[in-house]
Amino acid sequence: MGKTLYAKVFDAHTVAKLPSGQLQLLMGLHLIHEVTSPQAFSMLEHLGLPVLFPERTFATVDHIIPTKSQLRPFSDSLAEEMMTALERNVKKHGIRYFSTDKGEQGIVHVVGPEMGLTQPGMTICCGDSHTSTHGAFGAIAFGIGTSQVRDVLATQTIAMDKLKVRRIEVNGKLGPGVYAKDVTLHVINLLGVNGGVGYAYEYAGDVVDAMTMDERMTVCNMSIEGGARCGYVNPDATTYAYLKGRALSPKGEAWDRAVAYWESVRSDADAVYDDVVKIRGEDIEPVVTWGINPGQSVGVNGKVPTAKDVPENERGAAEEAYAYMSLEPGQQIRGTKIDVAFIGSCTNGRLSDFEEVLGLLRGKGLKVKPHVRALIVPGSQSVRKEMIEKGYDRIFTEAGFEFREAGCSMCLAMNPDKLKGREVCASSSNRNFKGRQGSPTGRTLLMSPAMVAAAAIAGEVTDARELFGIGAA
Amino acid sequence: MEDPKRIVISGGGIPVRGNDIDTDRIIPARFLKTVVFDGLGEHAFEDDRGQLREAGKTHSFDEPKFQGARVLVVNKNFGCGSSREHAPQAIVRWGKGIRAIVGESFAEIFFGNCVSLGLPCVTVDEKTASALQTSIEQNPAAEVSVDLASKTVKVGGASYPITMPDGPRKQLMEGRWDSTAELVGNRDIIKATAAKLPYFTGFV
Ligand code: SF4
Repeated sequence: MGKTLYAKVFDAHTVAKLPSGQLQLLMGLHLIHEVTSPQAFSMLEHLGLPVLFPERTFATVDHIIPTKSQLRPFSDSLAEEMMTALERNVKKHGIRYFSTDKGEQGIVHVVGPEMGLTQPGMTICCGDSHTSTHGAFGAIAFGIGTSQVRDVLATQTIAMDKLKVRRIEVNGKLGPGVYAKDVTLHVINLLGVNGGVGYAYEYAGDVVDAMTMDERMTVCNMSIEGGARCGYVNPDATTYAYLKGRALSPKGEAWDRAVAYWESVRSDADAVYDDVVKIRGEDIEPVVTWGINPGQSVGVNGKVPTAKDVPENERGAAEEAYAYMSLEPGQQIRGTKIDVAFIGSCTNGRLSDFEEVLGLLRGKGLKVKPHVRALIVPGSQSVRKEMIEKGYDRIFTEAGFEFREAGCSMCLAMNPDKLKGREVCASSSNRNFKGRQGSPTGRTLLMSPAMVAAAAIAGEVTDARELFGIGAA
Repeated sequence: MEDPKRIVISGGGIPVRGNDIDTDRIIPARFLKTVVFDGLGEHAFEDDRGQLREAGKTHSFDEPKFQGARVLVVNKNFGCGSSREHAPQAIVRWGKGIRAIVGESFAEIFFGNCVSLGLPCVTVDEKTASALQTSIEQNPAAEVSVDLASKTVKVGGASYPITMPDGPRKQLMEGRWDSTAELVGNRDIIKATAAKLPYFTGFV
């Protein structure tokens, strides 16, 4: 009987069975950022323990960093204090820090892959739920809490239970103007925001096989929004081509041995799954969320469901969402006015995301509607640098977008980029929770970067395929 | 020092109704701008509380009658979203301190974070959650008692079954929820396991 990648990697990293019955799992890569690590270092110091494998932890700063100027000291003294704490901790414990000074800073889930740190067959954790992103490389990658960050620093391990594995096959082809973001939003809508609790998701099928690494990262990123703590794609030639030549990926003879290891962790053809879900790529539309969790979504030409359309146990959530979003059940989602457009985040803040939008804008003389504040926030300094080198910043600026420095920005608004009052934001990020974008009453509509750009130009939710003529002969 | 054993947790109850209450709602991101966990308690559910206040309603966390509560009763998928441990840290620091959560289901990372703080999250069915919430609302002075040994929750003479995976349940009952202590002991096996993984040695 064959094994899944999840089982192979989990077993190879299992240290011991703990008295509680949980398993002690060795972590191959630990990423840290300024929000969830300072308390962990304090606890470690309190216990008088050193960092066991300092060379396996890497740090960067992303959540609090301002995107208008990264110059120090930050005007927000609390942000400055967090930054100073991180700098002190990495220095004290000999942890490699991807800093703004070196031009290596960015969202932790963008930086890990682009540095070549994220590799197949690893266990990867970070005090951040979107660590699932790294599963795109065929790693078991998941978010942990601060007490577990402490455990990883002290022991390079955590206590964990083994998850079940659900294979999600997306077969066939995506239509023009339908993106990886739509695939993941579609899956969450189908299986529910807690449908994945207790599972790791293995994404497969023609559509996933054909995806670039950036696209696979977008899909794995949002596994957690469907309740699955991790999601992964089996590594293949696309994965290896991405990793080859990255700053921290294996070189020379080590490369060949690495590829052999990576190939060995792929799920066997006869692997047994706890569940299998099959989806047809042709059934997926550009998706827009209308509610206050990422499962409350419809196709762009669909209507906000009425209470009758949703399963009984989700009606309460739907009622709450209508009120919070000021949307009427049965109303077309298309035509919903927006005030802000945000393209960025660990879901859709990579170079290819901006290139896709740029390709749609170019040469059409399209401009952001005057009443819309539109932000382009690169996921890392390296993405930003490349955009500037290629002149993308100018094209975006001329079209009326603000081109910012790298960081999480308005994905969670811990920096100065926030919605005001009840503003509505078309966003390429991953969460539409109440208050998520910095205003306790702010409203978020999640969609693909192309759909955000279309909304920015139209001033309202619209079908990007029509506005940009995607797929037109 | 406080006894780390969590066997019977009793005290006043407090209901927070609704499914899919995410950690952004439990503690909004702006309160994460801190290098300590102190002071988070008073900001638990801050924005939900504010919005209800504006609508002329009162969140249970603002109701004087629930101020001494120790047992929080919630519904489905509580604690979903962000992995921030600040969420349970805020809950254990609110008021007198919540010491157990009863709900229909919990998000995984949240559940694990709670265990590391010695805070049991136990599961009941939908009917029981609703019955508990109603009974607490009607009689806030009644004692709610969560018993991890007999796997029951009792309030006002009624008793309902609870479930919790045996691993964490035993850890909590035996006072062994401080994970670091258990993990640290296996240093040699940790190093041996690492030595067998080709990437730990750079594929040489
Ligand atoms: S971009 Fe958003 S989701 Fe991603 S790490 Fe930053 S805050 Fe979290």
